[in-house]
Amino acid sequence: MWKFLVPIAAFLGLVVLFVLGLNPNRDIRALPSPLIGKPAPAFNLTDVLDPSRSVSSTSLQGQVYVFNAWGTWCVACREEQEALLQIAQQRVVPIIGLDFMDDRTKAQRWLQQLGNPYTAVAFDPEERTAIEWGVYGAPETFLVDAKGRIVFKFISPLTLDVWQKEFLPRIEAARKGGA
Amino acid sequence: MKYWVPIVFALTLCAGVASALDVNGQIEDPVLETRYESITKQLRCLVCQNESIADSNVQLAADLRRQVREMLLAGQSDAAIFDFMTARYGEFVRFNTPVEAKTLWIWGSPFVLLLIGALVVFRVMRARSRMPLDDEPTPASAEGPPGPSSGSR
Repeated sequence: MWKFLVPIAAFLGLVVLFVLGLNPNRDIRALPSPLIGKPAPAFNLTDVLDPSRSVSSTSLQGQVYVFNAWGTWCVACREEQEALLQIAQQRVVPIIGLDFMDDRTKAQRWLQQLGNPYTAVAFDPEERTAIEWGVYGAPETFLVDAKGRIVFKFISPLTLDVWQKEFLPRIEAARKGGA
Repeated sequence: MKYWVPIVFALTLCAGVASALDVNGQIEDPVLETRYESITKQLRCLVCQNESIADSNVQLAADLRRQVREMLLAGQSDAAIFDFMTARYGEFVRFNTPVEAKTLWIWGSPFVLLLIGALVVFRVMRARSRMPLDDEPTPASAEGPPGPSSGSR
């Protein structure tokens, strides 16, 4: 009896492992963020378009917002811009940009040429805020609830599909939770 | 001892190359510098996931090295630096997996496998020792080539 069951159990174990491990839809480079459910790291940076204005976490207190890390050096961000513009038109929540590791003039030119989906863009040339948020690439998009906690993180370019499936339900839930 | 001289010389060359990556240069204090090198070698660069931040040339690695340097200069402990990194990037950022309750299976599985192997070997040996000694080599056949005594069976 054992002689048959053990290999079959081992085989089934491998099947489960392979189904989970070789799933083509899984991005093996995407890492789960340890910040989910934790308070969003505080930041206070200048606005990329107007250095005299500041963009800070305190000014966003009590609001559900999307926090999108990007840079002009990031090819995938160019791809994402189209979706972001359409999402911005829906006017669901403020979209705060984090332009990191970047050059201010290049970023300004980018926003002029491709359009600006952001409510405000924080400028983080030294990548300090990006490190606080555990950003390791771009684009990365966070959802912060009204209590200032990170509810969700999405790595790789946003699409309208992802927005509908992953973000809108969570925004709804965050609003209900905050009310 | 004489053999130290080329080794130390070679190491100074490496140090020169490593610090060339960073604008801020080396840490003056040799103790801190040693800790800096050890810590940066144990932190994974998440952009190029099989390199440490000590080896990687990407900007994120450089900025994380700056973070490590600043924390060291501020007098923080190694543990505090690793905690800072794992709090933001997750356990994956560490090359050295700490032994904890949830990582116990990673550290324990080799020993479990070893135990299973030992058990199998034990059972096979015991089964063999119970077999009749029908193919025990006679002095004459012992002279033959080694290997499985297949022909006679």
